[in-house]
Parts: sequence; structure tokens; C-alpha cells
Amino acid sequence: MTHPMQFTPPIGKPDSVAQIMLKVLLALVPGIVLYVWYYGPAILVSISLASLTALTTEALMLKLRNRPVVPFLKDNSALLTGWLLALSIPPLAPWWLIVVGTAFAIAIAKHLYGGLGNNLFNPAMVGYAVLIISFPAQMTHWLAPHGLGPEGMALPPELNFMQQLEYIFLGVLPHEVSLDALTTATPLDNLKTHLHLGQAVPRILDMPIYGHIAGHGSEMVAWGFLFGGLYLLFKRIISWHIPVAFLATLFVIAGIFHLLDASRYAAPLFHWYSGAAMLGAFFILTDPVSSPTTNKGRLIYAAGAALLTYLIRVFGGFPDGVAFATLLMNICVPLIVLYTQPNVFGKKRKEDRR
Amino acid sequence: MRKLYKFHGGVHPPSNKTQSTRSAIAHAPLSSRLVVPLHQHAGETAKPVVQAGDHVLKGQMIGMPDGFVSSAVHAPTSGTITAIGMQAIAHPSGLPNLCATLMPDGREEWIERIPVDYREHSPSELQHRLRMAGVVGLGGAAFPSDVKLRTGKLKIATLILNGAECEPYITCDDMLMRERAAEIVQGAETLRYMLDAGEVLYGVEDNKPEAIAALQQAIKDSGLKHEAVAIPTIYPVGSVKQLIRVLTGQEVPSGKLPTDIGVQCFNVATAGAVHRALARGEPLLSRIVTVTGNVLRAQNFEALIGTPVAELVALAGTLPDTNGYIMGGPMMGFPLPDIQVPLVKATNCIIAASEKLFPPPPPPMPCIRCTRCVEVCPAELQPQDLYWFARSREFGRAQAFSLFDCIECGACSYVCPSNIPLVQFYRFAKSEIRAREHDKQLADQARERHEYHEYRIEREKREKAERLAAKEKAALASRHAGDPPLTSQQKTEQAELETRRAHILERAKSEVEHAGE
Repeated sequence: MTHPMQFTPPIGKPDSVAQIMLKVLLALVPGIVLYVWYYGPAILVSISLASLTALTTEALMLKLRNRPVVPFLKDNSALLTGWLLALSIPPLAPWWLIVVGTAFAIAIAKHLYGGLGNNLFNPAMVGYAVLIISFPAQMTHWLAPHGLGPEGMALPPELNFMQQLEYIFLGVLPHEVSLDALTTATPLDNLKTHLHLGQAVPRILDMPIYGHIAGHGSEMVAWGFLFGGLYLLFKRIISWHIPVAFLATLFVIAGIFHLLDASRYAAPLFHWYSGAAMLGAFFILTDPVSSPTTNKGRLIYAAGAALLTYLIRVFGGFPDGVAFATLLMNICVPLIVLYTQPNVFGKKRKEDRR
Repeated sequence: MRKLYKFHGGVHPPSNKTQSTRSAIAHAPLSSRLVVPLHQHAGETAKPVVQAGDHVLKGQMIGMPDGFVSSAVHAPTSGTITAIGMQAIAHPSGLPNLCATLMPDGREEWIERIPVDYREHSPSELQHRLRMAGVVGLGGAAFPSDVKLRTGKLKIATLILNGAECEPYITCDDMLMRERAAEIVQGAETLRYMLDAGEVLYGVEDNKPEAIAALQQAIKDSGLKHEAVAIPTIYPVGSVKQLIRVLTGQEVPSGKLPTDIGVQCFNVATAGAVHRALARGEPLLSRIVTVTGNVLRAQNFEALIGTPVAELVALAGTLPDTNGYIMGGPMMGFPLPDIQVPLVKATNCIIAASEKLFPPPPPPMPCIRCTRCVEVCPAELQPQDLYWFARSREFGRAQAFSLFDCIECGACSYVCPSNIPLVQFYRFAKSEIRAREHDKQLADQARERHEYHEYRIEREKREKAERLAAKEKAALASRHAGDPPLTSQQKTEQAELETRRAHILERAKSEVEHAGE
């Protein structure tokens, strides 16, 4: 007779991997809804493309690696990678951009490292890094939020959904509309450009593309991710250590620079609500596979990521720093974990350790 | 109110205890054939002292304790021993073990029972009596109680009676406390006397209010200064080190025993057995066992050791879709390969399983390092790392990450979203390490023996050479004494001889030294 007992205690199981991943996907929904509200439905197209590519690549790789396809496809982890990448890149972009990024993330960053649970780097961020290095031009064409044109020009042209689809799949824009007229720099990029022109931060933030705290529209999307992240905390899918350490460190560093020279360095809250800070704090850095397993390690990891994010944003050449900060901290994870081992029961005192 | 402490982690699996506490403990009818294993306790197997064909009385010793950690085994009823040989017993391996088969005569004729008042005897005399009465821990480990009472010079400040019973489904201690609290209290006081312990605490999970009330009433009636403490219900609070932590705030250091920090712990049922063994002179012949799960009438039975599990299960009425049986609880128990095995002193619970009660787990997924296992581990380990090390056979690192502090409670497997049988991996790693250490020990011993053997041969060779040289020298000297003065030629010859001898001796010595390298 064989019995389930030989494997795991057979009574009422809490969450499975698939359920955990599903809850993370759900937690992204508020941010996505606000994204659609402010930027139109193009993001839904890129999320769909990412999902399709992620599942196809996952199935193909599982097949190639002689792994059971169905159980792994149902674990929702590939979908999550796809969604996170779609949310990190401009939605109004040629279809192959998200497809290439997602396929690279799943095939190279995930499966070549051994598949689910074995990837050293966050796959979505690897995909992002590949895209921003290989296709920098396409990666800078961000949609302007509704009602705002490039640099806040009045009454800008806006594409309807059909026109967006035509551009994504066929690369065709309506007559007399140029891509530059539709897209804009991100709030972070715009800040950097104008700082180079010698303008002061308060003046720059008066521009129409900025809202109450950070970018008009994008700050609201960040609120959505914050809301979803709190849901994950509440559901105990993630622990508080990474988001709190990341946001606190970002706040403190940004705060110090802001206090030193408010005309050159934006306020801490601007950094919280700009770029991928909220998404990173709750959804990207918290990826269990590529982040530390010890609580102390999580604090160090997230603090390091915040420091790097700030440095890359403010002093580096890339539009945002979260992706590279994540990848750089991913490298440090084994070392961090090794040096942050907590003491086990009965070995709290020095003399009890052998 | 006593201040209670917390231990890290723990889980709250559905308790499933009410099914088997609705009716009182029932007596299982006498079986027509009892099979009494001679190895029911931790330590050495008892040595059979009866033969096939012998008539035995109820309570007569049939197995003599053999070794320091060992315990006696008795005939649970009067009858005839029909065989002593290997039979299937309740063990995950399903391997047979030495057992005595007893055909009861139904007369229940007792040996002469000699009750003793513990206050009139020394602790060491009482220890001996418990050993001869076959009293072992009834919580599941079946460790001989007399050994736990030999604390030497260690001062015991706190005696803890473990009535936590934290595993789901099991209620035998709960029912015992409800119905026989007075026996437990008397047994606890006996243990306190033997250990010369200070305070006596009973740790009972707060999901057993009836048991706590019964204990409190029994303590009040006895006039003793014991204290029954309701502790929070959380698995595995019944694990010794965790229970001590909750009640005293102290952590038993890794690799040490509770007595090293002045605490000793016994199961409540063991205290009852101690009382019976001394105050009534009755050896441990029966125990209370919960029969539950996929049955019509889940209930606790007092049954004789050796009763076939199949008969106990039949008493509770197994439902038709039963697909297996678990001995012990669902967290730490093991599936019975066969229910024709006998009840033993360690059997606290039999659970009938069905697909509906215990659906087979989905196939395991890879570990995603979510650390839910870390959150629940009561030993504060890093289960995901230990799993990785066990899987990749990095046993040294597993040991460095405190593998042997794992109590195998199964809380990690319980919460694992990937359904990984974590505890199986830890058991595998532990047994591999133990086997390797054993092999290494054997190899070390063999090498030492071999080295000593060689050393001895070389030493003998050297001594022989030295003796020979000394002898020749003496002979030469004596010859010289009486001889006329030597000619110059003779002198040269002799000097040459001396050098040659010295050379031979030198070579012999250097060979010995090289051989030793």
C-alpha cells in the first residue's frame, strides 16, 4: 500500500505555487487598470502578447528539457514574468519588442539556468536589460497620458485603439501623425534632460507632464502598484522586509540629496512614485527565487537595490535604475544569504554553537 | 496567571479531535491471539525469558531488559506462549522483529502484584522497579522511563508533564486526563520525588478545557502544589524542547538534554503508568489508543499490548472507501504496511485513511525559495537550504546548517506550496550521514588495529635485534676479559666486526622508523 503520508502531511494544504503566482498577478490588476485609464488600452495588447509569448516559450523549453509541460504551464510563473516585462517597457511599440524580450527572459534567463526556482537573475529584468541595450530607440517612445502631448503641448493627437493596433502590428501611423508627436520622455528622463539644460527642479516639475508628486498619470499607476503590493503583504505572499527596506532607503538617500540641494535633486516622494520604484519594491525585488531567503539578507538586498536605483537614476545614463539595480543585487544574493544566517533554536548563545 | 513564552513558527492544521472524544474510553475485548514484540522501546531488545509451550500469568515477565537502555516486556494476560520468533510489527519498513505469541486462556490470572509506597524507597530502587515493570514513554518515542530518571548530579528545578497532544486526530492523552487525572497526578508526584524536582507543571493545549479542568480538580483533591497550565494550541508545542520553551522561557541548547538546564519532561500517560507500576504493582500491559479517521465510531480504546491493530480498527467500524492506515498522527506518523501487526507501547493512534480525508498530494514542483518553511520551522532552521543540500548530497553543508537540530515535525512540508516532501529529504540526509560516520568509525578502528599490529611486529623485531646485539657484545666482552692481548691483526678484524654490527643495527632501526611512517 502506498499512502500520501509518505510524501507530505496529507491534511489541508495552504497555497500552492500556482495560487501564489495567481495572487501576484491579481495584485497587478489595480495598477494595470489605472494604466489603461491614463494611457489607453495599448498596455493590454502588450500584456497579451507577453502572455502568449511567455506560455509558448515556456512550453517549448519544457519540451526541449524533457519536463512535464502541463503542470509547469499551470504554475503561472511564466505569465508573471511576461506581465512584469510588459509593464516595464513602452506599450506603444512594435509587437516584436515585447515578444523578443519575453522569449529571452523565459528561454535564457529562466530555462537555461534550470527553470522555475533555479534562476539566479530576475527573468523579467533580464528581458528588460536586453531590450534597453539592444533597442534603445524603441524603449524611449513612451505614450503620453491622456490629455498631454509631448512636453505638454496642448491638444496633442491621440490614437484610438484600432490605430494603436495598426501601429503595433503593422508599424503604420495615421496620415500626418509622427511617432514623436504621440510619445514623450518619461518624467524621470524629462527631469534629467532639463537639469542638463541648467533648469532647477521646482521649475521643471511645474511642467504639465508632472502631477502632484511625480509624473502625471504614472504617479497614479504607482499608487495602483502600491495598493496591489499592500494586498500581497496582507495576504502574506511577500514579507515586509524588501518593500520597506527598498522604499525607506530610497527615501533616505533621495532625502539627503534633496536637503543638500533642492534645485538639483528631486524630493524623496518623487522617486517613490517615478519609474519602476513601486513595481520594483513590491513585485520585482520580491521575486522569491532571485532574492535572499533570510530576513536580514532581504533588508540588505533591498537597501542595496535602492541605493543603486538612485545612483543610476540620478548619475547614470539609463532612464530608470530599478532593472539594473535588481540584476546587480541578484548577483550578491548567495553571499548575502551566507552571511546573514540566523541562529537556530538552542544555538542562540555563543557557547552552544559548534 | 503564569507567564508563557513563544517559540518560533508552528502551524495550525485542522485538529480533527472532536470525532474521537464524544464517548468515554472503551475496553477492547480480549483478542484470541496476542503478539508481543520484544523490542517496543528505544534501546536494546529485551531478552526472551520464556519458551514456546510455557504457561504464563498476566503480568509475568517474558522479556528481560538487556543493556542500559532497555526495558522489560510482560505477558498482557494469562495463557500459553505458542511461539517466539520473527513477526511483522508496526514499523515503516515492514520488517519483522522478535515477538512472543500468546494464546490467552481467558482467565486473566495475575502474578502476585506487590504495591509499594514510593516514599519508603530510594529513587534508585524505584528506577529498578520501573525498568522491571516495562515503563516507557507513552508519548510515542517509547524511551525507557528509568533512564530518564537517572539524572545523576543534575538538579531538576522543573518537572513537566506533557499533555499538549498537539498532533491532529490524536486524543488518547486528552481522554486519559479527563478520566484518570488522579492517577496522573499521583504518578507525577512519584516522578517529582524520584527526581527531587522543584515545581511540577502540566502543559496542556487550551483546546482541551475538560482535561485541564480534570487535572486542576485532581491536583486540588491531592493537596499537592502542582500546576496545570493551559498553553496555546499550536503544532508542534508538544515537542519537548518547544514545550519547555513555552513553559519556562528556556531553550535547551542544541545537542543537550533538558536535564542540562534543570528540566525533565514526561508524557502524562507515562506518569499514569508509573503510578500503576508502583502503587499497584502492575507492569505496563495495556495502553489507550485513538482509533479514528475514516471510521463509523471514532473512539479511544484501552487495549492490551499485542492486540492486532486490525481488531481495533474493526471495533471502530472502518468505512468501505478506506484505502490505508496511519499509525500515529498525520504529521509525524507513518503508513502501516499491514494491519495484522500488534499494538505496541508506542501506538497512540490509528487513523483509517481515505482518498477523501487525505487526497494524494499533487506532484512536487521545484522549490521557489518562498521561505514559508522558514516561517513555520520551530527549530528556526532554513529548510529550503537543507532541502537543497540534501538533494545535492552536500551532507557536510547540511550538517553545518544544523540538519541534526531538525525535529522532523513536518511543519515545513505542511506549508510547502511546491508539495515537496521535505522531511523525507532530511531523514535521508541524516541516515546517510549516520551511515557514513558509522563506516568511518569502522574504518578508523580497522586502521588503528592494523597500525598497532604493524607497530607491534616492528617493535618485536627491533627488540630482538637489540637483544641480540647486547648479547653478542656481552659475549665478546667476557671473551676479551680472559683472553691474552690481541695482535694488531686481530684488533683490526674486531674493529671491522664492530662497525659491521653497528651498521646492521643502524639499518634495522631505520627500517623500523620507515615502516612507522
